[in-house]
Amino acid sequence: MIPGYDLTPPDPKAVRELRLEIEEFHAAYCWTLDRGAIEKWPDFFTDDALYRITGRENAEVALPVGLVYAEGKAMIRDRAFAIARTQMFAPRYMQHFVSNVRVVAAQESAIKAQSNYLLLQTLMEGPTTIHQSGRYYDSFARQGGRLLLSERQCVYDTLIIPNDLIYPV
Amino acid sequence: MYSVDTVIGHPGSSPKERQEIQLKWPQEGLTAVPDWIYTNPDIYSREVERIFHGRTWNFVALAAEIRSPGDFKRSYVGPTPIVVARNTDGSIHVFENRCAHRGAEFCRDLRGNVKEFVCPYHQWSYDLCGNLRGVPFKRGLKKEGGMPKDFHNEDHGLRRLNVAILHGVVFASFVADMEPIEDYLGAEILRDFETVFKGRELKIFGYYRNELPANWKLYHENLKDPYHATLLHSFLVNFGLLVAGNKSAMIADKSGRHGTMASAKGDDVGTNVDASSRKEMRAFRDDMKLNDSRLLDYVREFDSPWSVTMQTIWPNLIVQRELNTLGIRHIVPNGPNSMIMIWTMFGYEGDSNEMTRHRLRQGNLMGPSGFLGLEDNEAMKFVQEGVRRSPTDKGVLKLGGDSEGTSASLISESAIRAMYRHYREVMGL
Ligand SMILES: [Fe+2]
Repeated sequence: MIPGYDLTPPDPKAVRELRLEIEEFHAAYCWTLDRGAIEKWPDFFTDDALYRITGRENAEVALPVGLVYAEGKAMIRDRAFAIARTQMFAPRYMQHFVSNVRVVAAQESAIKAQSNYLLLQTLMEGPTTIHQSGRYYDSFARQGGRLLLSERQCVYDTLIIPNDLIYPV
Repeated sequence: MYSVDTVIGHPGSSPKERQEIQLKWPQEGLTAVPDWIYTNPDIYSREVERIFHGRTWNFVALAAEIRSPGDFKRSYVGPTPIVVARNTDGSIHVFENRCAHRGAEFCRDLRGNVKEFVCPYHQWSYDLCGNLRGVPFKRGLKKEGGMPKDFHNEDHGLRRLNVAILHGVVFASFVADMEPIEDYLGAEILRDFETVFKGRELKIFGYYRNELPANWKLYHENLKDPYHATLLHSFLVNFGLLVAGNKSAMIADKSGRHGTMASAKGDDVGTNVDASSRKEMRAFRDDMKLNDSRLLDYVREFDSPWSVTMQTIWPNLIVQRELNTLGIRHIVPNGPNSMIMIWTMFGYEGDSNEMTRHRLRQGNLMGPSGFLGLEDNEAMKFVQEGVRRSPTDKGVLKLGGDSEGTSASLISESAIRAMYRHYREVMGL
């Protein structure tokens, strides 16, 4: 659905170590967002990273629009700053759940994975609801021994967004 | 959460909603708006009948979405599901998404390409204009059953709507003898509409959809309300996109139903906010700077004094030209307390790769995650909750006195009053 991920995946047994590393990456990423440390969120990306959120109806027919579309860490930082400090919205809690991590490329020069995500939102007077169900298409670069996202495309199935999507996915 | 998930104060739970109200506009006239126009189910029904199904042209599609013969799109007129299809001769047709037989909403895909439409229930088939073509076992089986002799396919086509196409924008109406779309829009609105669409081949970038848990009229009000734009949106205020004092206008057509909020971006972004305005605008932030200023670059591509025009086209279309990010928003009313917004973002055929990316980057301003868009969605939700749940029963519309229509000042609600003048006439209120 996203170009560059339709690959013959390596034998899962051979890349267990890498899969664990990616799962640990997701856990740290989600922990950062879910505890509200939004201004630390850009630290998970390389300087030239692409971050995009789009509906599955767009991704399936290669339409380029992004609900969020950030080219480079500077734009990612601007979004983090805006949401943390200047945007007006009702308070809420978010929880991310990431599963089904599937390594599709495991060369050190090209580490790619797909994972499913579920994003739950709780408004102060509301129930906890599934805000978005989707899939991450991730490319990683290893810098200083650490994985960083050089691309994260979040493709959501929940085409009708419940009002808005404030925090990053 | 969707509006149906509301726990505290869900629609129908407030004593106010159950009161017998006389649907009588407050005696102040247009400087007051009664809450019941946002919450009352009878008012909503009347709106569907007199406005969306009445004498209006409703946006249904962009021609660029259905370029080839057989292309179709699921769409809506008011809350009513319809299908827009391009026939083999290139003409565009709009019909109810309801099988003429047993009423099934037969078209389920958001868009696609077909030779004919077939209702899955009993396989009745329709051509791309909505004419009934095939009825299985029409003459029965072994001389038994089947349709009576006087059943003629031509009497049982899909209900077809009146269609108007202006510069690649497709409108439909349930009313057959509508005035031409140009007259419906009027000269004031046509000018900025043509800036975006005339002589341009659109390139569709994709879609956003969201449920906005607020009455559909609040969306029109929001974009006829430049006052909020100078206050709510720190992005506009800080980066000089729409600032009290900038070159700007709130334009209304003669009927009062349509509008264009227009402004020219200042060159000296941010710094042109004088100290006294700054004091009024709490959203102004001294510490707000962009790490990547490409977000707000403006490539002059239009012969227009305005760098931003937001058009409200009654009753269901918004045309967005915010610097170089372009799009339309289709409002689908969904009961008094909810609307569905369908956003179609686009550029132009012939745009360079860099221009496309510029438009996509700038798209971060708008939509359900946009720096402006999300704040509006939140604010409208807050208004709906207030008018539904509080015992107070009306709002104030006194900015700019009791003037109606076009206003040079941003600190005015005169375009909203003009809209409600028109609304009251149509609604008999
Ligand atoms: Fe706004």
